[in-house]
Amino acid sequence: MAFSLLHGVHVPHRKNTRDMAAVRMDAPKTVVIPMSMHIGAPAKPVVKVGDTVKVGTLIAEAGGFVSAPIHASVSGKVTKITDYLLSNGTTVPAVVIESDGEMTPDETIAPPVVDSRDTLLEAIKRSGVVGLGGAGFPTHVKFSVDLGRIEYLVVNCAECEPYVTSDTRTMLDRVDDMKTALVAMKTHFGIRNIVVGIESNKKAAIKSMMGLMNEVVATGECTFTVKVLPSVYPQGGEKVLIYHTVGRVVPVGKLPIDVGCIAVNCTTLAAIGAYLKTGMPLVEKCVTVDGGCVKEPGNVIVPVGTAMSEVFEFCGGLTEAPDKVIYGGPMMGITVPDTSAPILKNTNAILALSKKETKLPKTTPCIRCGRCLNTCPFGLSPAAIARAYDKRDTVALDKLGVQACMECGCCSFVCPANRPLVQTNKLAKVLLKEEKAKEDAKA
Amino acid sequence: MNTQLKLSVSPHIHSGRSTRRIMLDVLIALLPATAAGAVIFGLRSLLVVAVTVAACVGFEALFSLIAKKPIPVGDLSAAVTGLLLALNLPANIPLWQCVVGSLFAIVVVKGLFGGLGANPVNPAITARVFMLVAFATLTKAAFPTIVDTASSATPLAAEKATSLTDLLLGLHGGAIGETCAAALLLGGVYLLVRRVITWHVPVAFIGTVFLTSFIMEGMDATAALAAILSGGLLIGAIFMATDYVTSPATPWGKIIFGLGASLITFLIRYFGSYPEGVSFAILFMNILTPYISSWTRRRIFGMGGSKA
Repeated sequence: MAFSLLHGVHVPHRKNTRDMAAVRMDAPKTVVIPMSMHIGAPAKPVVKVGDTVKVGTLIAEAGGFVSAPIHASVSGKVTKITDYLLSNGTTVPAVVIESDGEMTPDETIAPPVVDSRDTLLEAIKRSGVVGLGGAGFPTHVKFSVDLGRIEYLVVNCAECEPYVTSDTRTMLDRVDDMKTALVAMKTHFGIRNIVVGIESNKKAAIKSMMGLMNEVVATGECTFTVKVLPSVYPQGGEKVLIYHTVGRVVPVGKLPIDVGCIAVNCTTLAAIGAYLKTGMPLVEKCVTVDGGCVKEPGNVIVPVGTAMSEVFEFCGGLTEAPDKVIYGGPMMGITVPDTSAPILKNTNAILALSKKETKLPKTTPCIRCGRCLNTCPFGLSPAAIARAYDKRDTVALDKLGVQACMECGCCSFVCPANRPLVQTNKLAKVLLKEEKAKEDAKA
Repeated sequence: MNTQLKLSVSPHIHSGRSTRRIMLDVLIALLPATAAGAVIFGLRSLLVVAVTVAACVGFEALFSLIAKKPIPVGDLSAAVTGLLLALNLPANIPLWQCVVGSLFAIVVVKGLFGGLGANPVNPAITARVFMLVAFATLTKAAFPTIVDTASSATPLAAEKATSLTDLLLGLHGGAIGETCAAALLLGGVYLLVRRVITWHVPVAFIGTVFLTSFIMEGMDATAALAAILSGGLLIGAIFMATDYVTSPATPWGKIIFGLGASLITFLIRYFGSYPEGVSFAILFMNILTPYISSWTRRRIFGMGGSKA
């Protein structure tokens, strides 16, 4: 299959923690679990203040089809159900549990019985697993399609964001969980072609995935490819990865399944595998703790809902006051106002970045150097989009295809004038959506 | 540990390359040509450079002050314009003409159109063309001070006797920075290595001039080489036609730009009334740039077509 790779940028790797196996931290004193750690409707709490819960107890059920149930991550008592301000500006309830320090598992937890498509789908639904690459899309929804349409299962092992190594640890330490999930999907979903897309800078993980390939292929009836890709950001972007692994273009506004693909992150697979084996839903998460202000960077397994500050404390504390603290990697991560922010299901890293690491050049006028449009993986013209947005010219924005933007941030990363390019793209997408809604309302 | 943290939209890291650094790289790349000019044409060339650069920077500051805009001298773009303009002037030019040229470049071409990034045409090129039309001194190129002047003339204007070695070293008449091909090529390599420019414009521009000259000179490779080493071609193709603001950004756009500029250069050199056409060619292509850019826009992934 001959095609040229999409453009992108060479970001610094800074995978300082790749060789550090995940360490499980002690039970936190309290956890704050927001009811929205996924894309879709918030979950509905099913516990009330004063209830006793154990690790794995259901505390909230899915609030709709595109939603996911949530489980207690510590044993203890529900002390509060408060409002929690999400990073997207909306407020959802959050269940606060005071830990008894015992981490006693719920005794009703048992491996699910899986013997058909429906039982596997139900199990994935009950596991509370959402897209752990960062997007948090409920995984069971992806598979709620006519299974005959799935030609390829693309396993996203790219992990192209700087610093983050939690997926690398999954690939090294949780091969068996990944295998359990893949074999179950092969058997009950009829998956016939599995493709692992992984960046070339993860030598040990590539070896590990080759081993996984041999084990899965030995169970018969499917093809399995490990595709080693250049370490160019954003290799792990869903549409980028699908194009680079199976050569298919997901059209703007369409889903991978529209071209016969489903893409799943490797840690998502491992979480499903763990649930199938033990029945313990997604209540803890391996996160990479790094950044110039962290004393002892590493990978830590953290109960969902634990405050960032406790995790930093576990890593020896912070050596200096950070400039920014973010969820995820530095290219697409989200800043938090303070370190009381909890670890979410889809948190793969928390970074305390120093002023030096977050240093940006001064914002100056655009010199039309073309770096933004020559690095955009999707061939957009961010500088032209910014000019159209300044005039609120929705016709031009539509023509420039801003709705195709995946917000990877390459344009802003390379801009020598430090123009807010991807940031403007985001605003332009919203403006275009509002304009379309207005037109639809008129029609 | 709940101090005020900075909130911002991603990305949170940057490649580290700034406009100022790019401009600094261009200045560094022009140093060999400046030094060669000083050796070939004497120290007065340095005076021309100093006055022109100072005038450009000064006018930029003054204009920003009057227009009540922040003074952007720190981005070094006015210094680049000044140095480029100076290197395109003969060493014996009256200094007041340098100042008038700088005023035209910075205020008329750049400032009035909105400053850095907003000028439709290259300030240095346009100022040079303006001066060419306005002052007779520019058409009479200065001669090197370090060789016997009787044997030298602007090769394109007079005769074609200048040897290739002399062309490479710049030992012939012309503007301060345009004659020493070796120095210009060195600067070009530096810009390529630093990834300030790409190969597309220079290769398309110089390559096509070579080809057309080769054909016009009756398949004479030496004459074709002389054609690309003389006049303002190298400084134009490497330093002026690659100006970000006034040339297309896509690879194909750059190739079209280079081809177009070389074609006009060829037409002026062989059929026009001016001995040298590089400045006019680049200026003309500057004006076409918005069109070339919109013709060569990249295809958007996932919007029509099955390929990227």
